[in-house]
Amino acid sequence: MPAPKKGPRLGGGPAHERLILSNLATALFEHDRITTTEAKAKRLRPLAERLVTFAKRGDLHNRRKVLAIVRDKGVVHRLFTEIAPDVADRQGGYTRITKIAPRKGDNAPMAVIELVREPVAKKAVVTQAEGATRRAAKDEAKAAAPAETVEVNETASEDATEAAMVSAGADDVAQTDDAAGAGADETAEERDFGPDSHPATEDGAAPEGFDVKGNADSMKYHVPGSRWYDNTTAEVWFRSAEAAEAAGFEPAGGAAAQGADAGVELGQADDDS
Amino acid sequence: MAVPKRKMSRSNTRHRRSQWKAAPIALTTCPQCQAVATPHQACPSCGTYGGRHYAAAERTEHQG
Repeated sequence: MPAPKKGPRLGGGPAHERLILSNLATALFEHDRITTTEAKAKRLRPLAERLVTFAKRGDLHNRRKVLAIVRDKGVVHRLFTEIAPDVADRQGGYTRITKIAPRKGDNAPMAVIELVREPVAKKAVVTQAEGATRRAAKDEAKAAAPAETVEVNETASEDATEAAMVSAGADDVAQTDDAAGAGADETAEERDFGPDSHPATEDGAAPEGFDVKGNADSMKYHVPGSRWYDNTTAEVWFRSAEAAEAAGFEPAGGAAAQGADAGVELGQADDDS
Repeated sequence: MAVPKRKMSRSNTRHRRSQWKAAPIALTTCPQCQAVATPHQACPSCGTYGGRHYAAAERTEHQG
């Protein structure tokens, strides 16, 4: 007998494995999201993806091929009429496995396997590249008017269109460099961030009434109790998060991480754990 | 049937067993709730992973 290539069979025999996998597939297409062991989820994934591919073709022949594995006609109907149209634009990767904490009794690694039915999200790089192409087109239009600068602009826009992605990255780097350079220049001569700010104190303690830390190198601010607050050395102190934003600082780790209730959340988390 | 030729000394037994060690598990903090969580797994206290919520991942103290 040939050795099983994908590891030992689930259940104990080929027939048992077929049954386990078809039952798992049926449950997955019925509920969209099922919790099972990691090993079973990993074995189910290729089967489920193949069944979705059949469903996307959608003819009678493919329906019969699916019915050979998923015996429930209601579930197959749902797969063909509800799930297949949702994943029509998706080129594979119809399922997602997320690991969760091990099961209690036998410590088996568990996972949640679910159908990815949300619309395909455009990758950040693609969006960035499209932005770069638009900018390049605008530059080109502008360059058409003043004759002296045409040459410079054309080279820039050509670069941007030809290697849109690369140039988008390069643009960003250039911008960041500019910002960093400007920052370095200004640090030398004591920057002022508006009336609601306070320059760094010598002992690193918060000045009276100013408790939001600002990191002038990264241009990010940290509210008390947020994740990196204790690790941050403040170059400038702010009266509030709004004052920091007014001075051009961004919330470290996104707005949610630096929300006004960050400290409260932290407290709750401690209670839970 | 193959049988041991010599008695396994206590010294050998204990040397062997001195190598049984438990390794500390890697831990991170959940970006959502700041609780301790294992990496690449949905957080057991709030059930989030990659910005999505998984109710099945949430564990109480008794569920271990």
